[in-house]
Amino acid sequence: MMSTNMTTETPPAPASALKNLGEVRAMIKRHKLNDYMFSLIGLLALTLALLTLLTLFTDLVMDGYQRFNMEFLTEFPSRRAAHAGLLSAWVGSALVMLVTFLVAVPMGVAAGLYLEEYAPKNWFSDLIEINVTNLAGVPSIVYGLLALGLFVYILDLGQSILTAGLTLGLLILPIVIVSTRESIRAIPIAIREAAYAVGATKWQVVYDHVLKYSYGGILTGVIIGMARALGETAPIITIGALTFIAFLPPTPVTDVAPFINFEWLSSGFTVLPIQMFNWLSRPDHAFHINAAATGAIIIVVTLLMNGTAIYLRYKIRKNIKW
Amino acid sequence: MIKPTTPIKAESRNLNFFYNGGNHALKSVSMPLYENKITALIGPSGCGKSTFLRCFNRMHDLYPGNKYQGEIVMHPDNTNILEQGVDPIEVRMRISMVFQKPNPFPKSIYENVAYGLRVRGENNKRMLDDKVEEALKGAALWNEAKDRLQDLAFNLSGGQQQRLCIARALATDPEIMLFDEPTSALDPIATANIEELMSELKQKLTILVVTHNMQQAARVSDYTAYMYLGELMEYDDTNTIFTRPSRKETEDYITGKFG
Amino acid sequence: MNTATTMLEQSINLTISPRLAKNIRRNIKERIIEFMLMLAALSAVFTTLSIVGVLLYESLSFFKTVSVVDFFTDTQWTPLFEDAHYGILPLVSGTLTTSAVALAVTIPIGTIAAIYLSEFASHKTREIVKPILELLVGVPTIVFGYFALLFLTPILQKIFPDLPGFNMLSAGIVMGIMIVPYIASVAEDAMRAVPMSMREGSYAMGATRFQTAVRVVTPAAISGIVAAYILGISRAVGETMVVAVAAGQQPIVSFNPMESAATITAFIVQVAMGDLPHGSIGYQSIFAAGLVLLMMTLCFNILGHMLRKKYHERY
Repeated sequence: MMSTNMTTETPPAPASALKNLGEVRAMIKRHKLNDYMFSLIGLLALTLALLTLLTLFTDLVMDGYQRFNMEFLTEFPSRRAAHAGLLSAWVGSALVMLVTFLVAVPMGVAAGLYLEEYAPKNWFSDLIEINVTNLAGVPSIVYGLLALGLFVYILDLGQSILTAGLTLGLLILPIVIVSTRESIRAIPIAIREAAYAVGATKWQVVYDHVLKYSYGGILTGVIIGMARALGETAPIITIGALTFIAFLPPTPVTDVAPFINFEWLSSGFTVLPIQMFNWLSRPDHAFHINAAATGAIIIVVTLLMNGTAIYLRYKIRKNIKW
Repeated sequence: MIKPTTPIKAESRNLNFFYNGGNHALKSVSMPLYENKITALIGPSGCGKSTFLRCFNRMHDLYPGNKYQGEIVMHPDNTNILEQGVDPIEVRMRISMVFQKPNPFPKSIYENVAYGLRVRGENNKRMLDDKVEEALKGAALWNEAKDRLQDLAFNLSGGQQQRLCIARALATDPEIMLFDEPTSALDPIATANIEELMSELKQKLTILVVTHNMQQAARVSDYTAYMYLGELMEYDDTNTIFTRPSRKETEDYITGKFG
Repeated sequence: MNTATTMLEQSINLTISPRLAKNIRRNIKERIIEFMLMLAALSAVFTTLSIVGVLLYESLSFFKTVSVVDFFTDTQWTPLFEDAHYGILPLVSGTLTTSAVALAVTIPIGTIAAIYLSEFASHKTREIVKPILELLVGVPTIVFGYFALLFLTPILQKIFPDLPGFNMLSAGIVMGIMIVPYIASVAEDAMRAVPMSMREGSYAMGATRFQTAVRVVTPAAISGIVAAYILGISRAVGETMVVAVAAGQQPIVSFNPMESAATITAFIVQVAMGDLPHGSIGYQSIFAAGLVLLMMTLCFNILGHMLRKKYHERY
């Protein structure tokens, strides 16, 4: 068993220690059984969480596979389930997302820059910080109520693409602000000092260095925020956008001067999750198939977006040079 | 010189240790720990003295990829505690450890000391009360703590916390106690307390202590080992090491020419 | 000395003066930029103020018609009927019941998953599972609504034949599973923040993994774990689509998950889907309901963040 090469004499063992050794071993064995059992339970809990997504996705694909064809993407919604399509929904989603992007990204990045680089550390920045934290936890439907009261009626923007884009823009603003701040914070102070030392102004330091080096991290937050906006349903329902939309908004680009128009902003619209909800809340099972197919598409797109973001963040963390 | 009749409590034989990634941190270290004696490990940082100490309670098993080679044999039962079949938990129940920085648990003073016993399945209140009192007395903390046993351990001072950790290690009647630079985070008065405590503890058990502080090694230990770059350079009784070291390197380190 | 200064001034005047002028322009530009960035940062404050303002404004009109006492004590919520009642209790009971079911599912599973991930799983497993959890957090909730209505409810109906097609049980369970990744992820972060020295202290006493996890790491991370629960509750309370699709729309005071009942959020969706004229009492009622919802989630969020901060300060 082991090489015993005793050169020194040893006194008789203290009785207690050795007599107990057998007992101790039995006890350890019992305790280790708990370890194994918990490992099993833990693995089970984790798998349950992970398998749910798989089940969910499989279920959607199984229910909706009949509608996976081009027609589904090129047809308008219809009263006949088998010919109803997603055309107005995905175009609407794309346009709403465009507005959301234009609202959330400049404002969120600017706010993040201000809070990290400019804001004095006093009650004022604390106030903004508390606001951002709390906004991140406000239920999305409350943003819908804000939009209904403020954008739809007070500002009279109607149930339009602009209203939806603004609403979702405000909704994902905290995500963009937080990710901007986090990636800015990762830049060492030495980089800023180096830039100042060659005579750069504050804005030059911020724009040429801070912003450029934190680009990847900001992008991660933007993608996650956009994925969230794509899947959000409640605030858009709340502004009253759940109507039958079998037309496309006017195109943003035209062939007559000045080549772009903004009529589409005030157009009525529908988006993917709304269309899914619409089909899902009908009693006719034929429409549930459409809902399943739409759900599968939404899942694939959001997973792709979030996956890209997580991969990006992983790459950035690995490549950090300072 | 070393009296050949002193019983050995444990000894390492040709102990090699590799960290995850292949860093060869201990190179064929063979060294005894004499029963009821204090053995001090000294050497410059990175020399492997903490690594060596942490082999004795298989602490390296907590991190994947670490590898032992050779033996650490415990007497009198001749168990090689590094052997595959030996459970590290069993080893840790026989050999307890006090860390560099006091690391009490977020529990009451009482529960901190009782932890080792509870882990062993002991829940008898009378038994626990007695053991906690005995351990706190053994760690010279009883007088300060007896009226606040239910206080959170974090409320104690640094020196008190370290004595609490000693009480925690003591409560389970270990055969060997390992001290990994136990006073490096403490002020001089707390340090003196701990050193005094160690000298008392050796009546009951065997002590291995890593120290950065050579005066400390000279003050408390019976035997001293000087390690350098993962190798055991010299081992002897403390008096000899500090007065007539046989190697030039040891002398240089002790006299502060390097390290 | 004096001459030297004069000479210096002269030379500055001669060579640097155009750049000094530029300097002022530069300063103005910098100031403008800073001001604009500040405006952007203020958008967060503006959003909060707008939310509170809109909800309060419409709710005040609502409370001109409906007494606050009735609002909080009446057990019927029928704002769209002839005989209109405006008691928020049915909606609150629906919200609390679905949330309670969700918590009963999510707290055990989420906690066990977090402990497993933090204390038992290998480094490699953790590296793979953590991103997947984050992915799951991003799945749109409408999809989970589909799952509750058309996947889980039929299965549950096989077990409980009396279960109505819309019920709080199915919605609650799905909501619970939906929140698991979030709770597991936040709780795991809290447990990883417990210093390794504390784990070593426990292992050195001969503790097993399970003993270390349950007796040392969990108590040390408890404020972070509870924060995860509370932020999870806030999510359940504010969740809309799952309950709107699967829990039903009858506002009744019931804490029986086997029944069909409306939550605050489901009611808002229901009204918004209809065609209520702007300014009517029915229109105003959703803002009053929204105000209650905001207050509930706000309390949970503030509590959760305070607890999170507490454990951040400790380590």
